[in-house]
Amino acid sequence: MVVSRAIGSLSRFTASRTLRCSGYICRSFTRASALLTRTHINYGVKGDVAVIRINSPNSKVNTLSQELHSEFMEVMNEVWSSSQIRSAVLISTKPGCFIAGADLNMLNACTTSQEVTQISQEAQKMFEKLEKSTKPVVAAINGSCLGGGLELAISCQYRIATKDKKTVLGSPEVLLGILPGAGATQRLPKMVGIPAAFDMMLTGRSIRADRAKKMGLVDQLVEPLGPGVKPPEERTIEYLEEVAITFAKGLADKKITPKRDKGLVEKMTSYALSIPFVRQQIYKKVEEKVQKQTKGLYPAPLKIIDVVKTGIEQGSNAGYLSESQRFGELAMTKESKALMGLYRGQTQCKKNKFGAPQKEVKQLAVLGAGLMGAGIAQVSVDKGLQTILKDTTLPALGRGQQQVFKGLNDKVKKKTLTSFERDAMFSNLIGQLDYRGFEKADMVIEAVFEDLSLKHRVLKETEAVIPDHCVFASNTSALPIGEIATVSKRPEKVIGMHYFSPVDKMQLLEIITTEKTSKDTTASAVDVGLRQGKVIIVVKDGPGFYTTRCLTPMMSEVIRILQEGVGPKKLDSLTTSFGFPVGAATLVDEVGVDVAKHVAENLGKEFGERFAGGSLEMLQQMISKGFLGRKSGKGFYIYQEGVKNKNLNSDMDSILASLKMPSQPDVSSDEDIQYRLVTRFVNEAILCLQEGVLATPTEGDIGAVFGLGFPPCLGGPFHFVDLYGAQKIVDRLRKYEAVYGKQFTPCQLLVDHANNPNKKFYQ
Amino acid sequence: MTSLLTYTFKNLPNTSKWALRFCMRPLSSSSQVQAAAASQTKSKKTLAKPNIRNIVVVDGVRTPFLLSGTSYKDLMPHDLARAALSGLLHRTSVPKDAVDYIIFGTVIQEVKTSNVAREAALGAGFSDKTPAHTVTMACISSNQAMTTAVGLIASGQCDVVVAGGVELMSDIPIRHSRKMRKMMLDLNKAKTLAQRLSVISKFRLNFLSPELPAVSEFSTSETMGHSADRLAAAFAISREEQDEYALRSHSLAKRAQDEGLLSDVVPFKVPGRDTVTQDNGIRPSSLDQMAKLKPAFIKPYGTVTAANSSFLTDGASAVLIMAEEKALAMGYKPKAYLRDFMYVSQDPKDQLLLGPTYATPKVLEKAGLTMNDIDAFEFHEAFSGQILANLKAMDSDWFAQNYMGRKAKVGLPPLEKFNNWGGSLSLGHPFGATGCRLVMAAANRLRKEGGQYGLVAACAAGGQGHAMIVEAYPK
Repeated sequence: MVVSRAIGSLSRFTASRTLRCSGYICRSFTRASALLTRTHINYGVKGDVAVIRINSPNSKVNTLSQELHSEFMEVMNEVWSSSQIRSAVLISTKPGCFIAGADLNMLNACTTSQEVTQISQEAQKMFEKLEKSTKPVVAAINGSCLGGGLELAISCQYRIATKDKKTVLGSPEVLLGILPGAGATQRLPKMVGIPAAFDMMLTGRSIRADRAKKMGLVDQLVEPLGPGVKPPEERTIEYLEEVAITFAKGLADKKITPKRDKGLVEKMTSYALSIPFVRQQIYKKVEEKVQKQTKGLYPAPLKIIDVVKTGIEQGSNAGYLSESQRFGELAMTKESKALMGLYRGQTQCKKNKFGAPQKEVKQLAVLGAGLMGAGIAQVSVDKGLQTILKDTTLPALGRGQQQVFKGLNDKVKKKTLTSFERDAMFSNLIGQLDYRGFEKADMVIEAVFEDLSLKHRVLKETEAVIPDHCVFASNTSALPIGEIATVSKRPEKVIGMHYFSPVDKMQLLEIITTEKTSKDTTASAVDVGLRQGKVIIVVKDGPGFYTTRCLTPMMSEVIRILQEGVGPKKLDSLTTSFGFPVGAATLVDEVGVDVAKHVAENLGKEFGERFAGGSLEMLQQMISKGFLGRKSGKGFYIYQEGVKNKNLNSDMDSILASLKMPSQPDVSSDEDIQYRLVTRFVNEAILCLQEGVLATPTEGDIGAVFGLGFPPCLGGPFHFVDLYGAQKIVDRLRKYEAVYGKQFTPCQLLVDHANNPNKKFYQ
Repeated sequence: MTSLLTYTFKNLPNTSKWALRFCMRPLSSSSQVQAAAASQTKSKKTLAKPNIRNIVVVDGVRTPFLLSGTSYKDLMPHDLARAALSGLLHRTSVPKDAVDYIIFGTVIQEVKTSNVAREAALGAGFSDKTPAHTVTMACISSNQAMTTAVGLIASGQCDVVVAGGVELMSDIPIRHSRKMRKMMLDLNKAKTLAQRLSVISKFRLNFLSPELPAVSEFSTSETMGHSADRLAAAFAISREEQDEYALRSHSLAKRAQDEGLLSDVVPFKVPGRDTVTQDNGIRPSSLDQMAKLKPAFIKPYGTVTAANSSFLTDGASAVLIMAEEKALAMGYKPKAYLRDFMYVSQDPKDQLLLGPTYATPKVLEKAGLTMNDIDAFEFHEAFSGQILANLKAMDSDWFAQNYMGRKAKVGLPPLEKFNNWGGSLSLGHPFGATGCRLVMAAANRLRKEGGQYGLVAACAAGGQGHAMIVEAYPK
């Protein structure tokens, strides 16, 4: 039973989750030179309780930096040596943040694993001292308590958290390719049990306060307060402090014990876990699960399992030692550097570098209630944006409205929303068949079929009714925005907003600006995207923009490889084992064969031989047989409702046979096949930067990983080139170029990087 | 005026540090009040408006308010409402057929008598030609009944209206679960045995789990006590302050009861039981005793307890409202005018119980009065913490500026004029019936203590609130 629970909790660990580091905030702030007064921490004494307040200056969040660390040590020593003080409360006075994690710059500054190990050991020592404190310390948690912050909190004797949406606890280190290096691998299993501890550390998920209370991660909850005679946030922190002080006193007086009652299930679980055999089974199962999901591409999860195991089986001394050493090793891995780079990129792409728009969008309208249109409406209404959803027929509109409702209702089922909140959000959506109310729209996003003449018609119809300031955004994956804008009376207000399907799950938004698009229009689009919770890249207009353009040559190569006799299943396993979340053949099915052909044809015309490779005839034949991919139930695979294991579509055999081409033995090893796909992708990405379609390598990496599923462990095409060496990639390309021709010719910028090893995309 | 002050002072427990502290403020401001009194002028002489009918309360009564589960526990809501109506008939001797309309407020509805006003009116012997309807607006339901009556009279639709309210918390409609109800309805429609069996075969044990009427706010899923505790914390009101206020309410109610001031109470002969003559929830305790109670909602460290909250109450009330000229023509000597009123609503999560703070300044401004013009304040006491939070909010410039869009604070009602005969904490709070009690308390106090204007205010679930000006009828 225990084993199945552990696995159940792990089943939610997926590769794409690896990147959801949204909650984990690490910022650098300038290191203040040591002053006489403390900068990050101060404390006062209330009665016999020391109230230690954390508030790092000039930063939105508190991070565990070396200064904070040493100031905390100083304060604790004073607390321990004072005869007046009998207990302490540890609290942050920064709204919305307890401690958001370790200072990443501190880790990045290290050049050897020994340095990192040393940092870990110092933190371990401090937290051990804290854990053994004879004067009880109460952690009063309001806001994010993540990574090192959580490790600090669980070293205290008691934890009180506000039941606020912003209060989350978690160990997101794994998402950055490292492990919790200040004792969490040792303390968490004891505190919440081995299965829950694995779940926390291997998924990096953030846990809300009420859930944390149930798990035993916090001891008491405090409700956030509304307005009184001062701002609610301020008073809530004050109240949290007051409550924490009463508990600190109670603990010092031994009126309260930090022990909590365990439920029956918990007791049974902990009994089962006292049997070594059961534990071994758990380690084994968890390892298998991690192996299967990470394909061995991510070293951190396996090391976490290893460290936890060492602590439990060989005692905590061995555990702490192992934790600090593995921490040091992981921090030096390419994977960790790639993931941290992505994290930084993600943070950058969550800012509006175009500034605030002149007029904030209050009324949005979405044209087309299809999968994309409804998805866009959903991520808008749930942020409180008034949205009109327009389609041409009642059934199509109804389908879209139902999609929005279902999206919201699923959150109610998961208890992240109340039914009342759902209803209030859904009331932001107005479904209609005409253009009524468009005269008040601040932005219109069209998501009609990918057909230029239709888009032209819609643009003209819309411009006839919308006000002058209204932005017209087109959601298209390949049609150049400039061409759409040719019929516009006000091309400066026309922009591309390329969402990815499913809109409510995919984090990326690719915004496309034409020569004529005004800066304010761009600022407005980015602002709306950010409010919709998106990670945003802004690229220049051109065929395929950035994302579609990178994907297409890779897809061309996919067809070529299939033609050379590699089966779809084999191809899928080769791509997923390289780190792509979805296999290449499956991806074609998901995107839709007709869409893939449409895009390939269009871009093929534009880019000529660089997009050559596979024969479009294969897609043509599939379309004529009705194999459109998942949406038609058949593509390379057969899709049936409720059937999990998909089978190959045997009718594809004849198509594949008729288009078969001889394979080239020199370039057809498994590794070569993987690199033929990836190098074409990477080469095109770098060409986009060279041509100015991309403004920065960061946006290229974020777009590739969050929009196209480029292996996160590689950090995106630009990180990949930096970390693995441009020369190696150029060598590969040259080798394939010799066999296949120009589609593999490395672009100039890549060649420049190969010729000069000091040249890096990220300095 | 001085006698009034000393009177209030006597009422407060001498040991209470808090009460003294609280009294200091009214004391210091009382010089102004006295000065105002000395010049003998209210800012307005009367609130009568040209070309608008004056509306008066002839009189009002209520059954004794009892703790739920005591003497009224076997009754149905319309029985209690009937008692209030009969009491009103008896007290005013109004001819039954002179009544044009009857309106009652109630919150938790008995399904069998969903229009409880009509059932009670018929049972109380009113003419079957008098229409009646029932309104609901949480704790201000009978306020809504009264203001609806005011509207009917002011617009000339009616001349004589009975308004009231009733709540019977001893019995509440506990329903079958939705699944069970659905099965029972399906079973009703099933025609053949086979169909019936197929419906029955879907039965599961969990269908039997009952559904209680919601105690929590629908929109926020938070119970009112929980919200009150958070509200008290938001305004930094201590447990001691709350207990002291509750003790004040009980002490004042006890005194009022002993001195026979609660003249709106009419005895009620409960079938099969003794005649109930007075409220039974008034229980002045000691601060020490109260301090022993555990928090009722936010455990283990909250401040709202059973002792500083209003208790579940059974009771009914009714008032006779008429156009002034009609009352005079019928030979009545009315008790008070009903003047301007105001409904407000705000955030049901964090400001659930702050209605009085919002409604008070608005109704004063509408009437052209100031806080100093008011001689009797009757505020609904849902929780000690709620009353104290409202007082603090009214006394805060910050709150007024940031949440009410006002330049300066509303100002604090002087405590010596505030709920002098007890309040919902001590007298009890039958949700649907409290509004009429507040109006009658204000009217009776103005008559007894002297003074022209009373202010009634109350909060209600849903984040709503109400305030009304009651003007004493010249003697």
